[in-house]
Amino acid sequence: MNIKKMLAERKIRALFLLSLKEEVCKTMLEEIKDSIDDYLKLKRDIKKCTNVEGYLVVVENRGNYMNILTMLFGWLNDQLLKMKWLSELTRLLVEKVFDLSINDRIGGSIHFFIYDTIKIFILLSVLIFIISYIQSYFPPERTKKVLSGIKGIKGNILGALLGTITPFCSCSSIPIFIGFTSAGLPLGVTFSFLISSPMVDLASLMLLMSFFGAKVAIAYVAVGLILAVVGGTLIEKLGLEKYVEGYVREIENVDTDFIEMSHDERISYSKEQVKDIIHKVWLYVLIGVGIGATIHNWIPQSVIENVIGENNPFAVLMATAVGIPMYADIFGTLPIAEALFTKGVGIGTILSFMMAVTALSLPSMIMLSKVVKPKLLSIFVSIVSVGIIIIGYLFNAFSYIFI
Amino acid sequence: MVIKVLGLGCANCKKLEANVKEAVKEMGIEATIEKVQDFKDIAAYGVMRTPALVVDEQVKIAGKVPTVEEIKKYL
Repeated sequence: MNIKKMLAERKIRALFLLSLKEEVCKTMLEEIKDSIDDYLKLKRDIKKCTNVEGYLVVVENRGNYMNILTMLFGWLNDQLLKMKWLSELTRLLVEKVFDLSINDRIGGSIHFFIYDTIKIFILLSVLIFIISYIQSYFPPERTKKVLSGIKGIKGNILGALLGTITPFCSCSSIPIFIGFTSAGLPLGVTFSFLISSPMVDLASLMLLMSFFGAKVAIAYVAVGLILAVVGGTLIEKLGLEKYVEGYVREIENVDTDFIEMSHDERISYSKEQVKDIIHKVWLYVLIGVGIGATIHNWIPQSVIENVIGENNPFAVLMATAVGIPMYADIFGTLPIAEALFTKGVGIGTILSFMMAVTALSLPSMIMLSKVVKPKLLSIFVSIVSVGIIIIGYLFNAFSYIFI
Repeated sequence: MVIKVLGLGCANCKKLEANVKEAVKEMGIEATIEKVQDFKDIAAYGVMRTPALVVDEQVKIAGKVPTVEEIKKYL
């Protein structure tokens, strides 16, 4: 049991067990009793250790529950999202089996590679499964219905929000574009959706939390949504309807009533999605982790600092320019971002890179060029790029809030 | 019975087609299987995710590859 181990290692300063069932608490208490006694002997500043009506409470200071909760969440975050246990296991593997120190270049690279690969695949499987299950309730056909009839900025906001929970891949951008447009949705709302959908979703929120912490993750989602709303509104205000390919408007709007999926079908759909996405992205993940490991251990700090670090005022511009044509999933870009982060590259530069990779890519632009004329496409790409660059510089300037 | 497989030629569309063929064979029914690969025609069905399965002009499934057993339910 982990709590037992942590108590034994004295990693826990205070423990707060909460369960409504008395027997659960009793069993847990029984299991960790020895460690607690041990611990109490070692740490004398503990004020209280009681078992009241099924609650086992061990507190450092009376009434100081916030600390305990923060610690509990910190522990959950460390173990579940950051997977410190995996890092430790990998360290043991590298040190005992390969007989290398993780402070060595080679040992460090191997550690980074194994740990990040396993971590990303675990997160990927679990997150995609959960998210696909949620998404199965929000097919784009339903999103279209919800959005039709909502006008103005409200439509843009809702479009951006629904973009985060509607399943999306660049291959479906054409049918979605046609479906939305033929249903009479304003162009701006469609673009709000198209900007937010690949860039912001529940998976990226959880992943960013795992790699960079909650503050950065929430900020990423927030600015991503703002970019989608502002970008869509701008496109609307510029009156670019005439730059949509003519035939798109001629396609008649069809509302299909889908048979609701059953619980079993949702589960099988989610499993399929996991398999599908792993099949699609595993190579990108390995390449990403490889690049990350190289940056982490082989490229000197000074080079990074001068090329994309604080010493280069054009770092954000460069990161965005490199990211735009790239076609990769957030899973593939994270290890690179992580390595750059530990090398001291600004958080804004990193977020710009990730947003550019996910929001815009060559394949999705080629797809979109089939339904919109070059002028609209280039305006769309410019608005999103400029937005990403602004976000990058703002994050760099205010990075002290986030780190 | 006319069964249509809607898709832009992705790997999943081929998988769906194979599953449909298998389902038809196992059930021993008469059916023509058509592929719809033009996205204008796909959009005309109101489908926004591929692959999709259309049986007698009715959209049954979109955005996932159903198993052979699941397809049988719709035939």
